[in-house]
Amino acid sequence: MEATQKSEEKVQPISKQGIPSPLHTATPLDRGKDAESRMDWDTKEKMIANTDEWKSRYAEVRPFNVSEDGEKIGAVVQNDDETFTVCINGNPWEETYEKIWSFKFTNEGKAACLVLKDNAWTVALDGIPWNEKFDYAWNLQIAPNGRSIGINIKKDDQYGVCLGDKPWVQGFADVRNLFISSDGTKAAASVAVKRLAEADIFNFQKGVWTVAVNGVPWDKNFVNVWGLAFSPDGRHVAAETRINLYDYAVVVDGNMWPQTYKCVCEPCFTAKNNVIAPVKIAKGWTLALDGKPIWGPFIQVWPPKFSSDGQKIAAVVASEFGRWTIAVDGSAWKQTFSDTVLDPVFSPDGKRVAAIAKESKDPMNMGSSLHSIEGNDRWTIVVDGIPWNQDFDMIWDPVFSPDGSTVAAKAEINGKYCVAVNGKAGKKMFDALWSPVFSPRGDKILVRCIGGGKYYRYVVPLDEI
Amino acid sequence: MAVAAEKKEVKKIIDLGLEEGAKKLTPEKIEITINNALAAMGGARLDAYVSTCIHCGLCSEACHFYLSHDGDPHFSPVGKVKQTMWEILKNKGRVSPDSVKKIAEIAYTECNLCRRCSMYCPFGIDIAYIISSVRRICHLLGVTPQYLQDTAHSHAATMNQMWLKQDEWIDTLFWQEDDYRREIKNLTIPLDKEGADIMYSVIGPEPKFLAMLIGNAAKIMNVAGIDWTFPSFDGWDNSDMAMFSGDQEIMGRVKRAHFEAAMRLKVKRIVMGECGHAFRSVYDVGNRWFGWKMPPVPVIHAIQFYYELIKEGRIKIVKKFKEPVTLHDPCNVMRGRGLGDMARYVVNAICEDFRDMSPNKEHNYCCAAGGGVINCGPPWKLKRMEGNRVKAEQMKATGARVVITPCHNCHSGIEDIIGYYKLGMHTKFISDILVDAIEVPESMKAKK
Ligand code: SF4
Ligand code: SF4
Repeated sequence: MEATQKSEEKVQPISKQGIPSPLHTATPLDRGKDAESRMDWDTKEKMIANTDEWKSRYAEVRPFNVSEDGEKIGAVVQNDDETFTVCINGNPWEETYEKIWSFKFTNEGKAACLVLKDNAWTVALDGIPWNEKFDYAWNLQIAPNGRSIGINIKKDDQYGVCLGDKPWVQGFADVRNLFISSDGTKAAASVAVKRLAEADIFNFQKGVWTVAVNGVPWDKNFVNVWGLAFSPDGRHVAAETRINLYDYAVVVDGNMWPQTYKCVCEPCFTAKNNVIAPVKIAKGWTLALDGKPIWGPFIQVWPPKFSSDGQKIAAVVASEFGRWTIAVDGSAWKQTFSDTVLDPVFSPDGKRVAAIAKESKDPMNMGSSLHSIEGNDRWTIVVDGIPWNQDFDMIWDPVFSPDGSTVAAKAEINGKYCVAVNGKAGKKMFDALWSPVFSPRGDKILVRCIGGGKYYRYVVPLDEI
Repeated sequence: MAVAAEKKEVKKIIDLGLEEGAKKLTPEKIEITINNALAAMGGARLDAYVSTCIHCGLCSEACHFYLSHDGDPHFSPVGKVKQTMWEILKNKGRVSPDSVKKIAEIAYTECNLCRRCSMYCPFGIDIAYIISSVRRICHLLGVTPQYLQDTAHSHAATMNQMWLKQDEWIDTLFWQEDDYRREIKNLTIPLDKEGADIMYSVIGPEPKFLAMLIGNAAKIMNVAGIDWTFPSFDGWDNSDMAMFSGDQEIMGRVKRAHFEAAMRLKVKRIVMGECGHAFRSVYDVGNRWFGWKMPPVPVIHAIQFYYELIKEGRIKIVKKFKEPVTLHDPCNVMRGRGLGDMARYVVNAICEDFRDMSPNKEHNYCCAAGGGVINCGPPWKLKRMEGNRVKAEQMKATGARVVITPCHNCHSGIEDIIGYYKLGMHTKFISDILVDAIEVPESMKAKK
């Protein structure tokens, strides 16, 4: 590995998908079972692009993004005539635009982004714009299976969704919380069916929000509709709603659970199409399955994750005020953390659970400046309740090896990045790095990194990281 | 120093939120709702405050409403508690719809929850907490001022205070970037940059009415070489009027969106624009509703941020502001976070002629806009003006021409006071002055 530790360049990494995925997505990213097996695991080192050279070639280079297999790096770049285009592996798209943003690679390595030309926004995929054009477009989402792209749109003062170049027929006063089904064929969103006059609190409280699935609204309105979820087969939609100013409900396909709650968080579906949601009851928060409490109560419970066989449930919980951890099937880990714990990640066999945790030695002292307080704001990974010995300035989502024996993550130390494995920082530091990917046998790690002004794709044996 | 106010005829104030809300109440509903609310509050803190108060009235002199109404006891802190929470407790929740309306008017429009009185009470009784509890009860009874309630609805539906659609937020950032690129070469307002050091967050009125403040921040960030980002998605608005209407569930939800945006972006800090109540909601109240003892991602108010930038030499001040200025200390970051000295360091660094107010820092008088009072909207504006003559006198006595107000509510509230009492001053945010005071290196200047 030749990436330098001394480079002066200030390349900042961004996620593999541009907009970071929500912390609590109900549907995990499905890259296809054999995505890793199709990758090149033999070539030890590939210098894919001289990214420093791009900086001399273009007036401006925006943050880089790389494909899942590491074979491509791209960025939005600005030409000297102030137009923008996308540069992939050093080759710019022919077409130029007035603006480009939300650039990301699909799971299949296609470059997608939102582009503006002649006052019209649309999606460009590998340099080819969609036929449909809009007054505005945002929130570019890739379906969990990577096969389709959905966006929020505005046209003629109406809001909607466009999924795979097909806009919804019906427009709405507002559309938020876009959610795409696992197979990428359906989109749901919370929609406002009526425009209200300023300060019309009375009609708002009668309910003007509902759920639209593929553009067709449910026939019931609610005061609010927030997080949505599709069932794994895409046939059902669950929603987090408020039915008046005080009562919260989970609604599935337009039908409310019989119980209402003091508060709810976004629901998700189990493999068997049951619905689970965190709900607030008199004694605290619990998880409710089809309306019946199954856990807790805890001070707080965030939306859960499932093992791949659907048998186990894990969720972030606050077991006491200001102490966070993970509960698996209702049992909280003993070790708790002061600041936060992020979504649990199951090993492929469902036997192990890892999560990001943040701890401060002196949590009540937040500091008054950009100077950090010794021992505060330290990030690490916790596996099965046991935190790694080493902590970091920042850490990214844990990644399990296929057999679950090894956990790796991108970690930051003093503004540089390394791959940390089972609690130990890797030997090499990079100027930019993307999350590690395990080989199908788990003996190698794909390292996608920038060092010395160049983007490399390394395949590194586990014991050499 | 006395000030002359415009004389206006006093009319009965009609607020549809209070009127229509009270019409839906029955004595039974009031009693049940209040007693359930008191039980859910747990009561220990409230009980301690209520039973400790010896009715000595020492808190009175702290309150701008009391002072501005020439010592009318109805406006003293303890007087307001007597007319609201004591009334509720004494009657065990058996109060009439008309009483609820009166209680709501006091709780929402005659107390800014500024906590000045707590410093004057020998027991440190937190009157603002008691009045907040009254507001919670009013929210549960559905008797809330129309405009404040509308803002809480906006938070619930859009996660921002101003009913801003998602495209409007993004578009504002794009045009601010375009505008400031005429001045600073390749200035960027980075959207969704994962792993940036800082997420900058603002309150809804910035993109809605004061977009140049976002441009100001972008210029400062770019010149200082800060690695920063904005979320393009919900969670960019740090404000929280649901905290003041008493809708704690929406308050918590809005704070969760804010912190989750920061955690999704993997930033190390949140820097907030110049807003006081938003700081209180993120740092003290809203975070705790969801079980975070402290913010899960450290939060820094703009005053702290500017202080650091100047102190560390990341920005260089080359052109100080000449007109005489004074500084209004926003309650939520002065009494709430003790930023008085940092604010003065910044103001002295960027202004030639700083004239302090008296009293100041944590003893400063509230602007009478905070605590959701200004968000109660036009019906209550005159009452708000009459309730803060003391602030007008305090500002006039400085002889300054400009009042620096590092908080949005203070900024609007003080501008109103200046107009109403004809003070001949005007307000500015720190960033309004800072942005013109800093050196822009030649290499960063855009070609004309
Ligand atoms: S406005 Fe301030 S000083 Fe007056 S009662 Fe309320 S918290 Fe106390
Ligand atoms: S100063 Fe304290 S004890 Fe005295 S009346 Fe006021 S709140 Fe009560």
